Amino acid sequence: MSLWTRSGSETPRRIYLDANATEPLRPEAREAMLAAADLTGNPSSVHRAGRMARAVLEDARDQVAKTLGVAPLNCIFTSGGTEANVLAMHGLGQGRRFLVGQTEHDAVRKGVPAGAPLTWLPVDTAGQVRLDVLEAELAQDGPPAFVCLMLANNETGVLHPMAEIVRLCRVYGAHVHVDAVQAAGRMALCVEEMGMDSLALSGHKMGGPKGAGALLLRGPAPARLDPLFEGGGQEQGRRGGTPPLPALAGLTAALQASLAQPAQPLAVLRGKLEQAAVAAGAVVNGGDAPRLANTTNLSLPGRRAQGQLMRLDLDGVCVSAGSACSSGKVAASHVLDAMGLGDLAAQAIRVSLPWNVTEDDINQFIRAYGAMAQSAVPTIAG
Amino acid sequence: MRILVAMSGGVDSSVVAARLQAEGHEVIGATLQLYDSRGAAKKGACCAGQDIRDARAVADRLGFPHYVIDAERRFKDSVIERFADAYAAGETPVPCVACNQGVKFTDLLGLAKEIGADAMATGHYVRRVEGPNGAELHRPVDEARDQSWFLFATTREQLDFLRFPLGDMPDKAAVREEAERFGLVVAGKPDSQDLCFVSDGSYVDLVEKMHPEMAGPGEIVDSSGRVVGQHEGVMRFTVGQSKRLGNAARLDGERQMVVGVEPGRRRVVIGPREGSYVSTLSVRDVNWLVDAPPEGLVCRVQMRAREEPRPARVVPTAEGATVLLEEPAMPAPGQACVFYDGSRILGGGFIRRAEATSAA
Repeated sequence: MSLWTRSGSETPRRIYLDANATEPLRPEAREAMLAAADLTGNPSSVHRAGRMARAVLEDARDQVAKTLGVAPLNCIFTSGGTEANVLAMHGLGQGRRFLVGQTEHDAVRKGVPAGAPLTWLPVDTAGQVRLDVLEAELAQDGPPAFVCLMLANNETGVLHPMAEIVRLCRVYGAHVHVDAVQAAGRMALCVEEMGMDSLALSGHKMGGPKGAGALLLRGPAPARLDPLFEGGGQEQGRRGGTPPLPALAGLTAALQASLAQPAQPLAVLRGKLEQAAVAAGAVVNGGDAPRLANTTNLSLPGRRAQGQLMRLDLDGVCVSAGSACSSGKVAASHVLDAMGLGDLAAQAIRVSLPWNVTEDDINQFIRAYGAMAQSAVPTIAG
Repeated sequence: MRILVAMSGGVDSSVVAARLQAEGHEVIGATLQLYDSRGAAKKGACCAGQDIRDARAVADRLGFPHYVIDAERRFKDSVIERFADAYAAGETPVPCVACNQGVKFTDLLGLAKEIGADAMATGHYVRRVEGPNGAELHRPVDEARDQSWFLFATTREQLDFLRFPLGDMPDKAAVREEAERFGLVVAGKPDSQDLCFVSDGSYVDLVEKMHPEMAGPGEIVDSSGRVVGQHEGVMRFTVGQSKRLGNAARLDGERQMVVGVEPGRRRVVIGPREGSYVSTLSVRDVNWLVDAPPEGLVCRVQMRAREEPRPARVVPTAEGATVLLEEPAMPAPGQACVFYDGSRILGGGFIRRAEATSAA
């Protein structure tokens, strides 16, 4: 019996609206992965099989680097977004004081090197970093700063004002590290033009496979970076371990395919969904800020997120709340707390449209959400 | 019916889920995460990390949805802290009652209603019987596993929504056999213990950490205040107890027992066994499962988790109830006093401290 069957009443059609947890695999990525999976060679080997593998690896590197505006040798492949973020913080942040956004993903929040001076950067009610606080912190005496601010938030889709952040950090000689795990593949990105010093991305958030990511560094010359683990000196000594070729080929194909897809249709579908949700009583969190086209964060006053998730899931709708925790429990959202949402923070779900979402999916969500909003809320003591 | 099953990851609640599904119900599993699984949860206790995995494995294998519910904060506030506070007030609390009453039968039950469930089932050993005036709560068939005393605070409204499918099982072996018939991985799992949130079985450390003023040795005194011995810590004493009194266990030829605990002064008060017993006690936070007559009713009361119920008359009062015992006994403040008519629970409350009784 599969997890998708239900005993008792009719089986509802399953719709997947949790793209920010992971995107469905794109066919282009699958094809590239299957092709690379048949290559026997290790890219580090000197023989013909090794050369063939290396050609695939370096081709992937060239493509990712060119697409995102960095020199090929400044594209370091990793196991995913978490590793790329942690590698940047540990490898580039020595001797610096850390200024980290309150709404960053745990990969960053919990990736700050132990013992490093750390200051949290608050956000406004729309979820954008407070630039006045950032500037005041940058102006403090002390070692140069290492600023960690994400491009797009995983829970709300809210975009930080990156151009202004980069400008301020330039003025004060700070390093800007950007977690672009949610943004990569969903909006045009060029490191050279945007000016951040380092940027992390993840393959499976673009429709590639899990287990691949990249850290991109700005500048023409290969930047020096101490590895987290040295291993056999792969990735120019900056990331040990045999590169997972099929996953990296998939990441590369997913990146190209995602950027070829216009974001506008997603924005239209999200608009329809939000309009219906608001009509049913929802509040859109972060709705006043510029956002990713695929993400919306909806609070339903008086209804705990846990119950909403379960109810929608039983109606065939996959969405999420907060950041996924390994135990599967629904934890309070630090992002919404930081935005000062109060009780609404515990009553929010995240709906994130995948690249292959259809209008039917949106309609089914609207029906399920409306039915939930209309159902009675039992009174809960405590 | 859509039924939410509260799954601890143990064999009992797993069998409940499997059986209800086999009967054709739409089963939804839910496991409460009561504390961080990385903490020092006691092995063989409820709801640590392994138990969540086990519950999920059962649900996955049987193919019904399962959810982990974060109840850490609620559990800490409503169970653990109240548990420690009760000790600090000189009582001997029953945290399982507080947990069943709050986290399980209020919060989880509310969630069950929220997702459109028609009932909620648990693996408790207790019987729910449809009577002429609605659902009744009874002792289970298997007396060795009787959990009715811990469930006295279940309200009539909660009872209406609850199901306890294991109440009719003859013994645990039969439950394990049924688990094996369903092919459940937890069929041979050891039973969980009470006080699931305490590691190493040492609730003393936990309470002393939360109330440091209670920690450390102190004096054993008689009712006149005369120091008659020393003790290792007030946490180890409950009213009615004769153990751990050392040389003070017998004074002037009379056997002694604990008649009071004063945590603030770290004193244990003892008195002669004969003569310290009381015939009247007062209970608070009374939950009635019947319409109690104002003149009271004759029944049997059980004042500890494991003891024979004794004949009594229970009279409702504005503050709870007054219990008139046929034979004097030594009730421990904070423990439950549950009223039974045969196997049926009529109601129950928490035993007040003696000074509170006399003041009332």
